[in-house]
Amino acid sequence: MEPSAPERDAGARQVLRMNLAAVYARASVRIKASFRERSWLIGETLFPFLSMSAFVLVYRGLHAPREYEGFVVLGGAMIAYWNNVIWGMASQFFWEREQGQLQLYLITPDSRMSILLGMALGGIAMTTTRAAAILIGGVLLFHVPLPLSRALPAFGLFVLTLGAAYSLGMILSSLFLLWGREVWHTATILQEPIYLFSGFYFPVSAMGMVIAVAGSILPVTLGLDGIRQVFYGPAAHGLLPLPWIPPIQIALTALFLYVAARMLRHMENLGRHEGRLTVRGD
Amino acid sequence: MEAAGRLLGRGSLLTRSTDAIDTRGLTRTFNARRRSGEVRALQGVDLTVQKGECFGLLGPNGAGKSTLIKILTTLLLPTSGRALVTGYDVATEPFQVRRRINLVSGGDSSGYGVLTVRETLHLFSQFYGVPGPVARRRAEELMQVTGLLEKADQKLAGLSTGMRQKLNFARGFMSDPEVIFLDEPTLGLDVEASRDVRAFVARWVRERPDRTVLLTTHYMMEADELCGRVAIIDHGRILALDTPTALKRTLPAEPVFEFQVSATGQDLDRLREIAGVRSMSHHAHPATGAVELRVVVEEDDVIGEVLGRLKALERSVLHLTKMEPSLETVFIHHVGRGLSDEEAAERDGA
Repeated sequence: MEPSAPERDAGARQVLRMNLAAVYARASVRIKASFRERSWLIGETLFPFLSMSAFVLVYRGLHAPREYEGFVVLGGAMIAYWNNVIWGMASQFFWEREQGQLQLYLITPDSRMSILLGMALGGIAMTTTRAAAILIGGVLLFHVPLPLSRALPAFGLFVLTLGAAYSLGMILSSLFLLWGREVWHTATILQEPIYLFSGFYFPVSAMGMVIAVAGSILPVTLGLDGIRQVFYGPAAHGLLPLPWIPPIQIALTALFLYVAARMLRHMENLGRHEGRLTVRGD
Repeated sequence: MEAAGRLLGRGSLLTRSTDAIDTRGLTRTFNARRRSGEVRALQGVDLTVQKGECFGLLGPNGAGKSTLIKILTTLLLPTSGRALVTGYDVATEPFQVRRRINLVSGGDSSGYGVLTVRETLHLFSQFYGVPGPVARRRAEELMQVTGLLEKADQKLAGLSTGMRQKLNFARGFMSDPEVIFLDEPTLGLDVEASRDVRAFVARWVRERPDRTVLLTTHYMMEADELCGRVAIIDHGRILALDTPTALKRTLPAEPVFEFQVSATGQDLDRLREIAGVRSMSHHAHPATGAVELRVVVEEDDVIGEVLGRLKALERSVLHLTKMEPSLETVFIHHVGRGLSDEEAAERDGA
């Protein structure tokens, strides 16, 4: 006799509840950490703000249009999220393994995606402090033009961009899971080129069509381009027409989530096969 | 294998083992990185642990204990053979297995420095979907019995290593698993903490007759005290498996004598030349520098000749005891060396 439909539904509900609890639990670690680690506030908000300020002052010194200062502020805020995707979520399984506690996650009955989603949501909450500090500081200190009347559509595109970026982070997480140290070095090496080719501090179209489209594989590139278009219109020198960007971000999110689920399962099985999920030997 | 027909999904009638753990012909090989060939960590392990047992796995370093635990906890795939935990295949049904197990590795710590003890226990319970009120009550109980209650609201960053290990131990029980794997749970703990941990495990098993513990340990006394049955494993094979009492009874009735002799003098290995000496092992006592010597003889009379030979080797006898059969002697009988000898060799090599 097979389990009845209500039994299956009850089982599915129980699994869903368990995974939601895991998402909340993992997210809460990040959120609590952001309130308890005072030094983090300085390192994560003050220093990036100084970096962003430098670019604003350069543009101001060059008498660039005021919109360019807005590009920098938005780019500075988006960098915070991208860094969180890489160093706060994708690499987390590698760090857990180094600390000998990856196995505690891997023996749980939760989907790896739930744990990563918890890390992502916690990371977003944590990073928003930094991003907000950059935005508010830019507007108040440098009087950077940021038309609030367009904030709502910009926020909508921002949410879609985060969805795609953190989904990509889940794919990268599967790579960190198995080849942690190598991927870590690669990510470190690629950090500055990504800042460049994603157009964090200038319109990405300035890189030329081919490089800009290649850079758009990263959802933050296209998302940032779109958000700048929302705020500044044609002055943003957009890469793609604005109406194209939300559907592309949605499609990327779906694609990345699908690939991430497959990759995580594949990498975990490969790790189980090769005995590379734990550091402690017999 | 005790089995009961249980109906599974996908329309197929299979029989699920009702044993907590059941392995058949389990092997695991690793590719050696620095030398050619393979390392065979497990070689055809057949093991059945029944529900409600506290089962001990004893073996020297590299015997295959942790490899076996990694396979049973779904962290590693077997090269061949089959392993079922609570009736589910660890290779093909890992999520079913994971809902029912937990793992504590001694010497490890768990959690994040910014969280408190209480928060950490709650965090790990949530990964198993333990309802909030149950998790809170269970955390209080576990903190009480592990002596963590007064540190409940202290952040992990401020805890001592021993306290963090105790927390890791308590974490393993937060999901109230059907099978818990305790891999050297008292490793690195002080005497009092180890005693608390042992008392807790004994009570946990006693109060939950349907729960199962698989314990690996270096401490024979620990296995003797806690485990209903014990397996001795070496080079990936199970050499002996029975209750501690039965294992001791299987030992040949050969007297075992332990000596403490002076550090200086001639080579002690010459004692092996004495007719009637079955086996002999020795290591330096780390604190006193004296040599601890264990001699198995065919009959008591031989010891007279051993004493005579020690005198000839210019070794003063500082202490002499006749040993009663213990798990340690069972272990030596099967493995050919004691765990204390191995630890001493590691210290000497270090």
